[in-house]
Amino acid sequence: MDSPGGFGNFSYDLAHLLGGAVLVLTFGLLYQRRLTAVINTYSVQSWALAAAAAWQGWVQGSAELYVAALIALSVKGVVIPIALHRIVRRLDIHRTVEAAMGVFPSMALGVALVVLAILLVLPSTMESQVLTREDLALALSVVLLGHLMLITRRTALTQVVGFMSIENGLILGAVGVRGMPLVVELSVAVLVLVGAVVFGVFFFRIRERFDSLDDSHLDRVGEAHR
Amino acid sequence: MTTLIGLAALAMHVSLMLALAPVLVGFIRWTRARLMGRIGPSVWQPWRDLLRLARKQPVLAENASWLFRAAPATAFAATLAAAALVPGFALGMATAPLSDLLAIIGLLTFARCTLALAGLDTGTAFGGIGAARDMTYATFAEPAMLLVIFTLALLVGTTNLDAIAQMLREAAVGLRVSLGLALVAILAVAIAENGRIPVDNPATHLELTMVHEAMVLEYSARHLALIDWAAALKLLLWMTLIVAIFAPFGTADAESGLLVWLLAVPAWGLKVGVLAAVLAAFESATAKMRVFRVPEFLGVALLLGVLAAVFLFVSQGFV
Amino acid sequence: MTEILIIVEWVRELFSAPGLVVMVPLAAAAGLAFVTDARLGARITIGAATLAFLLACALPWEPRAGLLLLVDPLAAHMAILTSFVGMTASWFSRGYVAVEAAAGRLDARRLRAYHALFQAYLGFMLMALLSNNVPATWGSIEAATIASVLVVGLPRTAEAVEASWKQFLVCGLGISMAFFGTTVLYLAAVPALGSGLPAMSWNRLPAAAPEFHAAMLNLAFAFLLLGYGTKAALAPLHAWLPDAHAEGPTPVSAVLSGSILNVALFVILRLRGLLDANAGAIAPGPPIMALGLATVLMASFSLWPRRDVKRFFGFSTIEHSGVAAFAFGLGGPAATFAGLLHMTLHTLTKAAIFHCVGRAAQLKGGQFFTDIGGLLVCHRALGLTLAAGIVAVAGLPPFGLFTSEFLVLTETVHRLPWLAVPLALGLLVGSWALAMRLISLCLGAPTPDRGPAPGLPALVPAWVHLAAVLVLGLTMPAPIAAWLAAIAGAAP
Repeated sequence: MDSPGGFGNFSYDLAHLLGGAVLVLTFGLLYQRRLTAVINTYSVQSWALAAAAAWQGWVQGSAELYVAALIALSVKGVVIPIALHRIVRRLDIHRTVEAAMGVFPSMALGVALVVLAILLVLPSTMESQVLTREDLALALSVVLLGHLMLITRRTALTQVVGFMSIENGLILGAVGVRGMPLVVELSVAVLVLVGAVVFGVFFFRIRERFDSLDDSHLDRVGEAHR
Repeated sequence: MTTLIGLAALAMHVSLMLALAPVLVGFIRWTRARLMGRIGPSVWQPWRDLLRLARKQPVLAENASWLFRAAPATAFAATLAAAALVPGFALGMATAPLSDLLAIIGLLTFARCTLALAGLDTGTAFGGIGAARDMTYATFAEPAMLLVIFTLALLVGTTNLDAIAQMLREAAVGLRVSLGLALVAILAVAIAENGRIPVDNPATHLELTMVHEAMVLEYSARHLALIDWAAALKLLLWMTLIVAIFAPFGTADAESGLLVWLLAVPAWGLKVGVLAAVLAAFESATAKMRVFRVPEFLGVALLLGVLAAVFLFVSQGFV
Repeated sequence: MTEILIIVEWVRELFSAPGLVVMVPLAAAAGLAFVTDARLGARITIGAATLAFLLACALPWEPRAGLLLLVDPLAAHMAILTSFVGMTASWFSRGYVAVEAAAGRLDARRLRAYHALFQAYLGFMLMALLSNNVPATWGSIEAATIASVLVVGLPRTAEAVEASWKQFLVCGLGISMAFFGTTVLYLAAVPALGSGLPAMSWNRLPAAAPEFHAAMLNLAFAFLLLGYGTKAALAPLHAWLPDAHAEGPTPVSAVLSGSILNVALFVILRLRGLLDANAGAIAPGPPIMALGLATVLMASFSLWPRRDVKRFFGFSTIEHSGVAAFAFGLGGPAATFAGLLHMTLHTLTKAAIFHCVGRAAQLKGGQFFTDIGGLLVCHRALGLTLAAGIVAVAGLPPFGLFTSEFLVLTETVHRLPWLAVPLALGLLVGSWALAMRLISLCLGAPTPDRGPAPGLPALVPAWVHLAAVLVLGLTMPAPIAAWLAAIAGAAP
């Protein structure tokens, strides 16, 4: 009925468990109403991702995955959240998250997206690596939930956090694939670049034009100029 | 012979549960105090409170009916029955065949309904508020718990708690995402069912923030003692339940003999103690959430339960 | 460690002849970040872009497939096209930026960022075209997107900030889906090529495609089509393009931006080849055609209510991108030839139009149709060039877009006659809108001037482009026809 043996598939089970932790934390991101809580949850999600990458490094015997884990832990788990907190303090941003959809409806939609991800990945199984599909389904779920966060949140800062959680999902997918070469450093580096560049340059621009980072201001301006 | 051993195990289990329930509450209170930088009351204080209350003479409202007088004992009896069904330090006690998760939840719900009715009985406003809030939380918590039970049942093939604990102990199932998700869901449900922070503050003095306390505001003396004991027993019961499913190592089989039992009791105590310490730490770090946010919180637990069930389909290939 | 060896090999390839096409703009970008003098910055930009074009011209004679770079006829063609547009854009940019700086709309610091981002954008696009590594293609497109997002936000108006934020969100969505598709594509290729670098090299994939895992390939294709379709501005993910074209500085946001659509279509073309080769995978043609056709119809009908000139031409870009996608989806040598020709000619034509529109907007002090009018009366050269450009992009003879659209239509009639009707309808509606706007922009009562008029040298890049389009429309020189046919034949 279920997977053979107990500890024979321990490596896969732990990998899935860590991936599941990243997924639960992504739901946590959707649940939060306060900006600082969102940033902290993202930070914990990055740590979970680092743990998952490190475990994959151990299982696959690949040193570069440890490097990826280190980058996820240090940059995404520590540096970027600290920088985001400082931006929130310095720009004196509204501490509540403006959402286009209530918390519970968006979580319910999130579950629907997870089911969608599973339905997408399920038929595409590879006979020799049946257990890879759970990794892939978890990663795709995190990516889709990040998209949901991107779409339903109105504060620019939470949209950026949503984007960065999409990146976490993508990295989770990439580390789960056995033997994917060199993508790990490449993508980690580029994704970190996105996070750093985007919010480093953007917020001051948006802040200069408006006094808050609420996107609904932007929509009103754009309407007149179709 | 085995029935006798089973009965002996059951007797030991029930007496341990009864004796240690107030100690658990005291331990949690003490740990919270220490974490907040206070010295805190002694671990035995809840026992002293119970004895003090038992010696006093009860004061009843004039319009209190027989339900009001019977409710504490009924609730206590139901909770005790549920406690007898949950495996503690030993699996395979006399009640093992009866120990069905749905039965346990049913008994706890029965106890809760009795107290809610008692809260409405005297016709005071606070009783009504407390009862309404408590039942609302129950309405949201029950489906979440049912989904967790569903997940476990799918995994193991039965809703019998004893059998589930045994299967999980033998690591036939291994670590799974579904179990992780189910753990988060059941922790949320446990917090709601036991009225701990962030759902309800058990130490509050402000009536408007009370949920469970508001229901039982009219009780005094031995009735109150029974209710408090039942609440403590419920907390220990939930912790034992969680530990039996998710940390099943170290339990003894009822046939293993007295020596193994004597080793298993401290193991169980340690597991519950760790969980209690985690709860205390969590309570001291979080604030109570507003009443209308609790359904959201429990809705999230429900969604996590759904996810746990869904992920079973992924890894077991039911589709 | 093999890691280090791979990176060493990459660096070595980057400094070889094809690699320099990429390195020159990127190195210039790095240098321009520190150059404070505006005129020096403009000169370095022009020099780097010209050098990149000259190096790219040598590519067709140096086919190679290394670890990082792949130079085959398709990639060489696209690289030459992109670097040519980059070169002329840099010429145009010099005059345009001088006017902007004089009017105070771009200060010294933003000028520095502008020049650096221009070269970075160009460099990363060339990198995406010439890379042999699926993730490297993805990474370059992402880096190009970031550069573009930053540049669109450079003028600090509210609309520019909104446009760049919208571009970031929509393109970010697309790029993340493309990354997931890349991962799944690798998974699909592993049964055929084993795990490791060969399973992600563009030069190895087509040959091994028949043995790919079909279901994974389908999943990968779905995500890659959606992801890169966002960058190609295919409906329904086109929302970022009109705003980006309208609000950023014209040379980069409008002229160079046209090229990123080509890069995305280039990747989709390669993917189509992979799916065609695999028997178990779905037919790639219908989804691509459906997206292309929907894009054409949506864009051509959206042209009518537009009041902003640059946004109007942005939608026209989307329409033509849809036509090219439709042609690629149709498949077969003839349709691919038509698609390639269309892509090439449209890029040249649209660049020319934006050169004119950019200067016209500066001239008239605004970019609405109500601001710009009667150009032929007061500014004959500008008006004539713009008129020629609009005639070209409307697909009217004698310009080359007529040839390519005609070829696409005839192929459609041959293969799927009933699809020719909506396609023709879309093209007609688009051309009609363009003709109406031509009248309002170039003829009619002239509007007051509020800025400096462009001198004749400023229009030279546009003339060069339009001349090329005209020549290719009137006569198709045999070598060029053979070159395009060879590419179309090789890319199934």
